Amino acid sequence: MATTISPALDTAFTIASREFRSRLMVGTGKYASNEQMVHAIEASGAEVVTVAVRRVDLDRSKEEGVLHHLDPERYFLLANTAGCYDADEAIRYARLARAAGFNEWVKLEVIGDRETLLPDVAGLLEATRTLAAEGFVVLAYTNDDLITALRLEDAGAAAVMPLASPIGSGLGLMNPYAIRTIKHRLSVPVIVDAGVGTASDACLTMEQGVDGILMNTALAAADDPVRMAAAMRLGVDAGRLAYLAGRMPRREVAVPSSPTSGMLGE
Amino acid sequence: MTQTAAQRAAITVTVNGDERSIPAGRTLGDLLREHDLDPRMVVVERNREILRDRERFDRLTLEDGDALEIVHFVGGG
Repeated sequence: MATTISPALDTAFTIASREFRSRLMVGTGKYASNEQMVHAIEASGAEVVTVAVRRVDLDRSKEEGVLHHLDPERYFLLANTAGCYDADEAIRYARLARAAGFNEWVKLEVIGDRETLLPDVAGLLEATRTLAAEGFVVLAYTNDDLITALRLEDAGAAAVMPLASPIGSGLGLMNPYAIRTIKHRLSVPVIVDAGVGTASDACLTMEQGVDGILMNTALAAADDPVRMAAAMRLGVDAGRLAYLAGRMPRREVAVPSSPTSGMLGE
Repeated sequence: MTQTAAQRAAITVTVNGDERSIPAGRTLGDLLREHDLDPRMVVVERNREILRDRERFDRLTLEDGDALEIVHFVGGG
C-alpha cells in the first residue's frame, strides 16, 4: 500500500501552528458500517477526521457515537457545524463541540440553501468573526469566490475551505482557475472541501497548488470505500508532487522526443 | 412516600426535545446513568448553557422546566 511522500519530496503544512503530514482529510459519515469507516480512514492515511455534533438518541444503544469506533488519540478530531443554517446556530454547535474537550478547532459550515448546500457567506463571515474572537481555530467551508475567501481570512479564519463542487455531488473540480486564484492570494492554508468524486479529481485539485483536500462521500459512497481511500491517498500525493515538480508548458504543435539527426540515408 | 406525594414531587423536564416527568430530586448524573451514558462521551447543555464541569453532574439537581440537550459526536463530513 502507498506510503506518505518522503519528506525530501514534500513538506508538512501547518494550520494554526499545528503540523500535518497528510494532505488528505476525511469525514466519518455515511459508511455502511463503522468497521468499513475505520478501514477506509486507515487506508486514506488521514490524520484529520471530521465529526458532527448531534443529539444522543436516548432510546438506542450507546454504540452510535463515533468515538466508540475511532481513537481520538490517533486521529485529530475536527468537529463540523453541518446542518446549521444561520450564524447563531453554527456558533452554538461549535461551542458544544469544543466542550467535548478535544480541541478548539471547528470546520465551520453555515448553509444557505437546502438543495445545493451552498454556504450563506454573510452568516459564515459573522460566525467566523465571533468564533475566532473566542479563540476557536476556524476552518471555514465556503464557495470558490475569491472575495469571500479574502474576507474570511480577514475575519480570522485559520484556513479557508472552498468547495470543488457541491457537498456530496461528486462532480469534481468545477473551477480550477478560481481555486488556483484563491490559493495564490491567501496567506492562510487553502483546503478544498467537498465535491471530489474520484482519484483523478483529487489529483487535479492538488495540482492547483492547494494545501489539502477534505472529502467524505467520495469514499463512503464508492463501491469499495477502502480501495477508494487508498486511491485518493495516491491521487492527493500524485497531485501534490506534480504541482511541486511544475508541469511542462502546453504546446499546440508536436515536438519530437527522439533525435532528428542520425537517421539512415542522411 | 405515598403515590400521591410522589406525583406531587414529580417535575417536568425536556430532554433532547422530549418532555418527560421525573421524580423531584434527580441529578443530571442519575439521568445519564439511567440511559447508560458515559459523561465523558457527551456534552450537556442546560437551558442553553453548556455544563463544562462533568464533576458537577452528580450534584446538579434537575429543576422543573429544565431544558436539556445531550449531544455527542457522530459520523459527518
